[in-house]
Amino acid sequence: MSASEDRLRDLLINGLAGDTSTYHAFLKELSAHLRAFLRVRLSRLPDEVEDLVQETLLAVHNQRHTYDAGQPLTAWVHAIARYKLIDLLRRRAGRDALTDPLDDDLHMFASSDAEAADARRDLARLLERLPDRQRLPIVHVKLEGLSVIETARMTGMSESAVKVGVHRGLKALAAMIRSNDENR
Amino acid sequence: MKTDELIAMLANGADAVEPNALGRRYATALGWGAIGATLLMIITLGVRPDFADAARLPMFWVKFAFVASVAAAGLVVAARLSRPGVRLGLSPLALVAPVLALWILAAVVLADALAAERTGLVLGQSWKACPFVIAGLSVPVFVAALWAMKGLAPTRLCLAGFAAGLLAGGVGATVYAFYCTEMAAPFLGVWYVLGMSIPAAVGAVIGPWVLRW
Repeated sequence: MSASEDRLRDLLINGLAGDTSTYHAFLKELSAHLRAFLRVRLSRLPDEVEDLVQETLLAVHNQRHTYDAGQPLTAWVHAIARYKLIDLLRRRAGRDALTDPLDDDLHMFASSDAEAADARRDLARLLERLPDRQRLPIVHVKLEGLSVIETARMTGMSESAVKVGVHRGLKALAAMIRSNDENR
Repeated sequence: MKTDELIAMLANGADAVEPNALGRRYATALGWGAIGATLLMIITLGVRPDFADAARLPMFWVKFAFVASVAAAGLVVAARLSRPGVRLGLSPLALVAPVLALWILAAVVLADALAAERTGLVLGQSWKACPFVIAGLSVPVFVAALWAMKGLAPTRLCLAGFAAGLLAGGVGATVYAFYCTEMAAPFLGVWYVLGMSIPAAVGAVIGPWVLRW
């Protein structure tokens, strides 16, 4: 577990320094741990697991600037996953009472599950509902892999507007997931 | 969208993250908040006319140290609550300590005073206004601190709102100390503490609503 923690931590720290392929490897490996972690805790709601894996990955990405290199990665990831899990259970609380205890064990990286089921919520469809100033930067920079400069030229937006659009758009996506679930 | 596609999307073009986001965000929030609170006080109240004389009294500095240490402890606790997975540890003690110290001082002052003076020591000249003025002056920092937290990732929202309120109350009371002429420890122990508790209570109530992410 600690070997896994150290390796993941190195991947994240390099990723935070701007190395996108390391960051990709970090998210990929993290997703398997999250899946195992959430599958155990959502044993009564197996259909929700992949949606919550995606929501947590988005949260990890949007909040990645809050990771402090001196802090155990397990504690940081665990707190985010637990927060999103509780948030989900709270959103559902009106419909059915869930009393699964949320234990505090910190063995998050002890297990891993690389088998992704299909998510029920399609983030691509939520993405379409974003305003253009956020949607276009995400489509060009994040999905098509164009540079910020190319995207700026293509859309007529300024470079900083493209960066802000990506940032705010991904945050708006997280907010849409929350409100979407509440209205479901 | 499949999870692997999401991961590819998130990683694509993920630029380097500027280090110490928390420090920069709180510095911005506190800077603007304190400027806002000071302007608010100067416009609505002014500055204590005998400020230069008052600054020579030891009790002025005791009062200043009291409110400033509440603000500082509020900042430490708020900063810890802004990061997922960071334990509070003993930091809440830093909030309790200045209040306890002031209450001990207040008890000594009251015990020393003549029975007829005690009511005056507690009520002072301005007890009716004091808590509300402090709460009012805390508004700029309160808004700014919630903005700072909102851009970070608090996971205990009620506590986080409470800490943001205490930070704001501490700064509001520190600014107010430049105007307020009350110097008696019993007065401070009741009305200043109450004034700083108002934004803290508001923060605890609205935290779960406004700080969600």
